[in-house]
Amino acid sequence: MNAGIQESSNLTGGQKLAVKYYTVAVVLFVAQILFGLLSGLKYLQPDFLYEVLDFNVTRMVHINAMIVWMLFGFMGAIYWLVEEESETELVGLKLGNLAFWVLTSAVTVVVLVYLFVQVGPAEMSTIWFIGEGREYIEAPRWADIGIVICLLVFMYNIAATFMKGKWSGISGVLVLDLVALAGLYVAGMYYTPNISMDQYWWWWVVHLWVEATWEVLVGCIMAWGLIKTLGANRKIVTTWLYIEVALMLGAGILGLGHHYFWIGTPEYWLGIGGFFSALEPVPLVAMVVHAVYDSGVHGSKNSNHPALAWLIAHAFGNFFGGGVWGFMHTLPQINLYTHGTQWTTSHGHLAFFGAYATINIAMFYIALQRWRGNVYMSAGLPGNGWKWKWALSLLCTGVVGMTMALLVSGYEQAFVERALGGSTWAAYFEAQRGTWYVQGMYWRQIFGYVTAAGLVLLIWDLLTIGLREKRSMVVPTDHVVVTA
Amino acid sequence: MNSVWWASEDFWRKMAVWLTAVMTVVLILLTFDTVKQITAGSERVPAYSAINHRIYYRFDSSRNMQVPVIGDSAPLFGTSLSEEDAEALVSKGKLTTQAKNCMNCHTLLGNGAYYAPDLTKAWLDPAWGSEAAREQLMVNFLLDPHTNARGYGTGRKMPNLGITEEEAHGVVAFLKWMSTIDTNGFPRNFTPISQEGDR
Ligand code: HEC
Ligand code: HEM
Ligand code: HEM
Ligand SMILES: [Fe+2]
Repeated sequence: MNAGIQESSNLTGGQKLAVKYYTVAVVLFVAQILFGLLSGLKYLQPDFLYEVLDFNVTRMVHINAMIVWMLFGFMGAIYWLVEEESETELVGLKLGNLAFWVLTSAVTVVVLVYLFVQVGPAEMSTIWFIGEGREYIEAPRWADIGIVICLLVFMYNIAATFMKGKWSGISGVLVLDLVALAGLYVAGMYYTPNISMDQYWWWWVVHLWVEATWEVLVGCIMAWGLIKTLGANRKIVTTWLYIEVALMLGAGILGLGHHYFWIGTPEYWLGIGGFFSALEPVPLVAMVVHAVYDSGVHGSKNSNHPALAWLIAHAFGNFFGGGVWGFMHTLPQINLYTHGTQWTTSHGHLAFFGAYATINIAMFYIALQRWRGNVYMSAGLPGNGWKWKWALSLLCTGVVGMTMALLVSGYEQAFVERALGGSTWAAYFEAQRGTWYVQGMYWRQIFGYVTAAGLVLLIWDLLTIGLREKRSMVVPTDHVVVTA
Repeated sequence: MNSVWWASEDFWRKMAVWLTAVMTVVLILLTFDTVKQITAGSERVPAYSAINHRIYYRFDSSRNMQVPVIGDSAPLFGTSLSEEDAEALVSKGKLTTQAKNCMNCHTLLGNGAYYAPDLTKAWLDPAWGSEAAREQLMVNFLLDPHTNARGYGTGRKMPNLGITEEEAHGVVAFLKWMSTIDTNGFPRNFTPISQEGDR
C-alpha cells in the first residue's frame, strides 16, 4: 500500500514529528477497539479465552490504549501547531525525536508485558515491573518514570520554543496547563495499604485530568483549530478560551468531590462535590455556543470540511458525554445507587469519545491536508466525501448506540442490585441475569461492531483523502463584523 | 474593537487566573483535613488492628444510614495481631489486589470494573453462609475460584490468578479491614451476613 507514504517536504520539523505521534495514536486506537470488543464479548460468552486472556487483561489494554493514544494525539497536535503559533522553529527537534522513540518503545514493552505476563506475586517488584493494578494508571513504575521524563522533554521543547519565538494567549494557557497535567501524574505514583488514601490520590490523576487539564488542553486546540479552519478572529477566540478556563477550572477543581462521596472521605464532600460538579456542564454549554456561533458567522465557509465536522462533533460530544451524562449521576442522592454500575460505563464511553476522540480526529484531518500539499478539503470532494461522512456517522452512531444500551443495563442494575438487592454477591448476579441487562449487553456489542466499522472506514479515508486532489486549499479569512 | 468590560479579554484572563487560584487553594486546604480524617486509625478509616475484632453494621438513625461497628474480639485466623503485624498483613492483601489486577474486574469502594461483584463489603456478604466458616471459605475461594464457582446461572467465573496461601490470607485481612471503613452508607441497604450480637 503506497497510500500512507507522502511527500513531507512541505512540513516543518515539528510537524513531521507530529505525524509520527499521530501514526502511533491511530495504531493504539485500533488496539483500543479490538480489546473493547473482546471485553464486551466476555459478558456474552464468559468462557471465551477464560484463563488465557481474562477480562481484567483485555479491559486494562482497552482503557490504557485509549489513554495513551489520546495523549499521543495531544502531543502530536501541540508539535503540529507550536511552530506556527510561536512563529519560529522548534528548539529541540533531535531531542523530541529521541523522546518519541523512547516513549513508543516503552509503551510497546508495557503492552507486551500486560499481555504475556499479566499478573505477578504480591511484591513491590510487580508494581515496578509488571503493573500497578490501579485502573487507568496501571503502567508499572519504571514506565511511569520514563513517561514523566519524556513529558518533561516535551514540555521543555514547547515552552522553550514559545520563549524563543512569541507568546500568545493560547500558548500561555497551553504551557501552564501542560505543567499541571504532568505534575498531576506524579500523584498516581505511590503505594499505600490504605485503600481510601489510595483512591483519594488516584482521583487527582483521573478526574483532574479529564475534567480539568485535558478540557483546557482541548480548549486550546479547539481555539487554534477554529482559527485554522474558519479563520476565526483571534481576539474573540482567545477571550472565549479564558471564559472556558475560568468556568471549567472554577467548577472542575472542586467538582473532584463527586468521587469522594463513598470512599471513606468526610461528609462535607457530599455537598461540595455535588454542588461544584453540577456546575461543570456550564462551560461545556459555552463551548457549544462558541463553536456553533463561530461556524455560523463564517457561513460554515471553511478550509477543511471533515476537520470542522469533527470539531463540531467534539463540542456536542463534550457537552452530552460530560455535561449531560455526567450530570445525570453526579448528585449524591443519585450516585448512591448508580455508583459503580453500567451507568458509569455509559457515561465513560460517551464522554471520552465525545470529548477527546473527536478532537484528535479533527486534528488528524488538519495535518493530512497540509501533508498532502495544502490540498482542497472543502465542499465537493470526490464521491461527495462519502468516506469521511460515513466514517463520522458510523463512529458516532456506534458510540451513541453503545451509550444507550449501557444506560438501559445501568438502570436495571441500579434498581435490582443497588436499590432492591442491597448490593450483595447474589444481588449483583441477580441484576446481571436480568433480561433488560442482558439485552443491553447484546446491543452494546452490536454497536461496538458498528463503531469498529466506522474506524476501518476512517483509517481508509485518512490514508487516501486528498491523494489525487488537484485543487488547492480554500484560505479562510476573518470576515466577521464585530459589533459591541 | 473595544468590548464592554464583561466581554473583554482582560476581564476573563483575570477571572481565569483568580478562579483557578482560589479553587486550588481551597482544594489544598480541604486535602489537609481529609487526609487527616482518612489516615488509618481515625474514626472513619479504622486502624488495621480492627481485623482482630468482629465487624458488623448498625443503622444510625441520626445519619439515616448503616455504619460499620467494631465489636468484640474476634481474631482473624485465630491469632490476634499487633498493630504492626496487622498492617503488614493488610498491606500484603492490598498489594495482592494490585499485583493481580482485581480492580479491572471488581469494584473496590465502588471504583473499578463492573464484571464482578463489588468487594467493599465482601467480608460481610451473606453468601459466605456462616460466620464461623467464612474466613476459610474465602481463602478456599481465592485459591481455587474455578472449583468453588457460583456464578448464579450466568456462567461467569473468576479465574485462577495463582494466589498463594499467604496472599490469600492477606486478601481476607484486607477485605475485612475494608469493610470497617465508613462509606457514608454505600452500598445502601446492604444485607450483611447474620452474626451473633449484630443488632
Ligand atoms: C477476570 C476477572 C476477575 C479478577 C481479575 C478477579 N475476580 Fe474476583 N470474581 C470474579 C467473578 C466473575 C466473581 C464471581 C464468581 C462466582 O460467583 O463464582 C468473583 C468473585 C469474587 C469474590 C466473591 C464475591 C463477593 O462478593 O464476596 C471475591 C471475594 C473476589 N472475587 C475477590 C477477588 C480478588 C481479591 C481479586 C484479585 C486478587 C479478584 N477477585 C480478581 C472475577 C474476577
Ligand atoms: C469530558 C469529560 C469527562 C470524561 C472523559 C469523563 C469520564 C469519566 C469516566 C471514564 C468515569 C469512570 C471512572 C471509573 O472508571 O471509575 C467517570 C466517572 C464519573 N463522572 Fe465523568 N467524565 C467527564 C466529565 C464529567 C462531568 C462534567 C461530570 C459531572 C457533571 C461527570 C461526572 C462523573 C461522575 C459522578 C462519575 C462517578 C461515577 C460513579 O460513581 O461510578 N463527569 N467519568
Ligand atoms: C468497539 C467498541 C467498544 C466496546 C465493545 C467497548 C467495551 C468496553 C467494556 C466491556 C468495558 C468494561 C466495562 C466494565 O467494566 O464493565 C469498557 C470500558 C471502557 N471503555 Fe470501552 N468499548 C468500546 C469502545 C470504546 C471507545 C470508543 C471509548 C472511548 C473513546 C471507550 C472507553 C472506555 C472507557 C473510558 C471505559 C472505562 C469505563 C468505566 O470504568 O466506567 N470504549 N469498554
Ligand atoms: Fe469526575
